[in-house]
Amino acid sequence: MTIGKGGILGAVLLTLVLLFAPFASGLAQQAPPANDAALIEQLKGPLAGRVSIPDAKSGLLIQPQGRDWRQTLEGPVKAGGGWLLILSVVAIALFMAIRGRIKVDSGLSGRTIERFNGIERFAHWLTAVCFIVLGLSGLNLSFGKSLILPLIGPEAFTGLSTFGKLAHNYLSFPFVFGVLLMAVLWIRHNIFTGVDMQWFRQGGGLFSRGVHPPAGKFNGGQKVIFWLVVLGAIVLAVSGYILMFPFYFTDMAGMQLSLIVHAIAGMVMVAVILGHIYIGSIGMEGAFDAMGTGQVDVNWAREHHSLWVKEQSRAGGED
Amino acid sequence: MARMKFLCDSERCVECNACVTACKNEHEVPWGINRRRVVTLNDGQKGERSISMACMHCEDAPCMAVCPVDCFYKTDDGVVLHSKDLCIGCGYCFYACPFGAPQYPQVGNFGSRGKMDKCTFCAGGPEADNTKEEYAKYGANRLAEGKLPLCAEMCSTKALLAGDGDVIADIYKQRVARRGYGSGAWGWATAYKTGSSA
Repeated sequence: MTIGKGGILGAVLLTLVLLFAPFASGLAQQAPPANDAALIEQLKGPLAGRVSIPDAKSGLLIQPQGRDWRQTLEGPVKAGGGWLLILSVVAIALFMAIRGRIKVDSGLSGRTIERFNGIERFAHWLTAVCFIVLGLSGLNLSFGKSLILPLIGPEAFTGLSTFGKLAHNYLSFPFVFGVLLMAVLWIRHNIFTGVDMQWFRQGGGLFSRGVHPPAGKFNGGQKVIFWLVVLGAIVLAVSGYILMFPFYFTDMAGMQLSLIVHAIAGMVMVAVILGHIYIGSIGMEGAFDAMGTGQVDVNWAREHHSLWVKEQSRAGGED
Repeated sequence: MARMKFLCDSERCVECNACVTACKNEHEVPWGINRRRVVTLNDGQKGERSISMACMHCEDAPCMAVCPVDCFYKTDDGVVLHSKDLCIGCGYCFYACPFGAPQYPQVGNFGSRGKMDKCTFCAGGPEADNTKEEYAKYGANRLAEGKLPLCAEMCSTKALLAGDGDVIADIYKQRVARRGYGSGAWGWATAYKTGSSA
């Protein structure tokens, strides 16, 4: 089943080549070779001809690439994605065990300052709720048959998956809207600067108590999350809409590539967001308020976003 | 038990499309669904060949492997069948199938696909043999009546053979030996790992 490390790269390269050169190596001039093996050797690509059915897809006689696609998807993509998710959870658990909940070192002041306004929180939670449903329904298509199907039986699992598929398709629209909104609202706060370099050098203060590198509205780590979300959403949206409108934009090789790309990008995003959810909820005291009520404790803000607090004070904020 | 296979002898296929028509009629296959099709390579040129293609009922079927809801199963005869009650119309099997066998009715706007339909080797589906329910979803179950697929039975030049894999491979080998040439059993190397010698 597995085809090693080079296999996935090879498959991606192969699909890329096929994507840009569909049927270009015209078989028109060649007589059909002696047998399948010789034929595949000669063509190195799908074998198509004329068919009386008014559907171009049905002219594709044999595409042995389907087998490679299956090996890639069922092999390295699922194994890699599965391990990535397991390792993320283990890493978060270890971090939690060793570092514990990150406290506000100077204690809570009792006074608050507005960190995210209504529109910002709306954009975040719209994206977040959609992402959770999209992520779960997507993972269900990859791992559900091994994990959930044996528990609830085939009929119930089909019901669940049908619902998941519908939800996955329809929630993609508000998800993309949410990401676009966040991008518009926050892009100016997410340009990397020298301050972020210092933040990265000090590991964001994540691994040592009492260390709080300066940061603006967003620290280096949050900027990384921002760009991963924006770029990840672009990759997921492009590959996803190609899949949602099968054969409207591309051919067989393009559809196969899109699904592989979508699966990998989806699993990477789930792994990234797991960490984001941890640090934004149970992982850090006072962090959830930023997206909860929008009001954060002033001492929390001074520790984690010192430059932003100064900026707010100058602008005549609460402090 | 016999291991059922299809074999198309492209030296004999005259692109009459009787197999396609027989299949459509026998199973009352809806408009837009093509369980079997005839593809012509090098149309109008030297070395023109026509090949009748449907589900090859693969040895290690890619459709079965990629189906996210595990709706496929294999009969004792090696026929690959699926349950339309379980299928969610995701389309993965079409991407994995080397032969373009899975078909989907369009059920809504854009690309929304209904339950997959494909060649059953005239062996119906999971419902009880030759019931109304089975016919409505999968078409006739000729195998249960002791008959072979109608497409091959109809074939006027006997280009399309269906039946026990060993028997039809022998028939094909004898043909190749007698006429001294052959362009291979199309799809066998891809569908049946051990069948490439035919």
